[in-house]
This record gives sequence, C-alpha cells and structure tokens, in this order.
Amino acid sequence: MSARREALLWAAQRASAALLALCVMVHLATMIYAVHSGLGAAQILERTRGNAAWLGFYSVFLLAVVVHVPIGLRAVLAEWLGWRGASRDWLLAAFAAALAWLGARAILGVFL
Amino acid sequence: MKTLQVRVWRGGPQGGDFQSYQVPRQASQSVLDVVTYIQRVLEPSLAYRFACRVGMCGSCAMTVNGVARWTCRTHVDQVCADGRLELAPLANLPVIRDLVTDMREFFDKWARAKGRFEGRRTRRDDFERVAPDSEARKQVDAAIECIGCGVCYSSCDVVAWNPDYLGPAALNRAWTLLRDVRESANPGRLRAVAGDAGCHACHTHLSCTERCPKHISPTAGIAGLKRAAAAAALKGEL
Repeated sequence: MSARREALLWAAQRASAALLALCVMVHLATMIYAVHSGLGAAQILERTRGNAAWLGFYSVFLLAVVVHVPIGLRAVLAEWLGWRGASRDWLLAAFAAALAWLGARAILGVFL
Repeated sequence: MKTLQVRVWRGGPQGGDFQSYQVPRQASQSVLDVVTYIQRVLEPSLAYRFACRVGMCGSCAMTVNGVARWTCRTHVDQVCADGRLELAPLANLPVIRDLVTDMREFFDKWARAKGRFEGRRTRRDDFERVAPDSEARKQVDAAIECIGCGVCYSSCDVVAWNPDYLGPAALNRAWTLLRDVRESANPGRLRAVAGDAGCHACHTHLSCTERCPKHISPTAGIAGLKRAAAAAALKGEL
C-alpha cells in the first residue's frame, strides 16, 4: 500500500510540475504585459470580472499548486526533520486545504 | 627524488584522525601503489582492502581527495596536481579500521531490493531467446556491468540523509532485473524498491552517475523504476 501511495504521489507531483511549468510562464507573461501596458487596478478588474477563461486558467494553476507543494514539502519534512508518518501527512493535508482556500479567495476576489 | 605528502585517515568505529606520510613519487604511480607503499614500508599496521589491482573486483574503493574512487585505476597524476593526497575510507559506510569499511549494509540492501535473479524456466526447458537489439535488453546492457564497489553509494547525498535508502547500486540492480524478460519476481521487486527508502527518494543529483567507474548511470535506472512504479500503481498492480 505504501509503495502504491508513494508511486501515485510521485506521478501526481510530476503531472502537476508539468502544468506548473506552463501556468507559471503564462502568469509571468500576463504580469509583464500588465505592467508594461500600465494597467491600473480598475482596468485589470475590468478584464478579469466575469471572465470564465481567466477563472478556468487560474483554477488549473491553483490545483497544480495545491497538489505539487504539499508533496514536495512531504519530502523536505522527511529528509530535513526526519518527520514521517500519519501526523506529517495530516498536517500537509491541512496545509493543502489552506492553500486551496487562500487561492480560491484570491481568484474569486477578482472574478466576482 | 620527488615525494608525495599523503594524509591517511587512521582509526576505527569510535573515530580517528589523519596521519601524514611521505611517499616517493614514481612514474605511472596509482593511488593503490601509494597506499601499499605506506603499509609495506612506513606503517605495517595500516588496514586497507584490495584484491585484483586491475579494476575488476571493486574492493579498493576509497575516498581520494574527497572523492570516492577505485584506487587501483586512479593514477596519482589524475588527482594530485600539488603533490598532496588525502585518503579516507568510503563515506556512508561504517568504518572497521583505517581505510576498510563494513560493506554488509550495502549488500544487505541489494537483497532488500530483491537483487537476486529469479527465472521462470528450469534446466529442462529450452533457453529463452533474448534479442540483443530489443529495447529492454539494451537497457539491461547499459546497467549490468556493476561490480558492487560502493563508489556510487558512498557518493550519494540521499544515502547520507536517509540511512534506509537502498542506494544507487541496489536500485540499479533491481532495474536490470525489472527489464530482464526471463524474470518472474518483478511485481514484488517493484514493491520492494518503490517508496520513501527506494527509488522515490532519489533527487537526481547524478553523483552516482558522475562517479561510477564503470560509466553506468544508476540515475537513469532509478528514473526507469519510478516510471515503472507509477505505471503499475495506476494499473492497480503495485
């Protein structure tokens, strides 16, 4: 069971890394465009509010972060602190939920 | 005559320190020649291990100027530009005495990784036909020449952090068996090498690949194990 879980977590981290590579590039390009075009908060909100494509893209980005970061931290906690087992995994599940909640708030904050 | 300034680690499981020796410099001198000179002429109680002297047995591996190497196949010229050598036992293994390490854990991990061939056929069956140019056989060929010297294990950061980690050599062995079409024990082998102490702990630092005297890439084999484990897990076979 443990071997299966580890293998699936590895696959999930690889898949989310591939998504992140794409999402980070699009995100950076968007930020650079916004800054270079001199867009203010009102103009940005004008573009993001009610924009389903924008909502979909950042939802995928957030999902990739929520999957990728806790799996990476799991290895960091094991290797640097020697912390393994259920207590670590529950903490990371809570951390993933917190990331999802904060990220969803940020996305909905500029969509609604 | 030119001399080499050689610092040699002396001690045992409780600890030790470097001692200095002066060794005459010779043409085409290997690091093993240097150690042998010290033991035969200067310090008869020095413990070290060697057998074949020609890069076949893998028993003379030591840490030479901070890097794990076969001492028999390392010329002093390659590692010693300033006339100084520092010799220590292999890292990541318990020291028995001086330059001799205890290899039991290293080989026990081969057993834990199910490194023993378990074929399906008996002596009454015909030979299995294995096409030399098949993809699986080419992958085995690239990894099969390991002689178990421990250089990769000693060079691996993950072994240093996680003593349970099976290490590059044992995982490389498991990879050669996983890709061997004659093998019968592979689902269990994949379970044995997946997880926190197995292939998933590898950080792809490539130290094993860089330092392997046989030019094997255990990193490539470990990546293959990760892919195979993921595929098996997704199919519900792990």
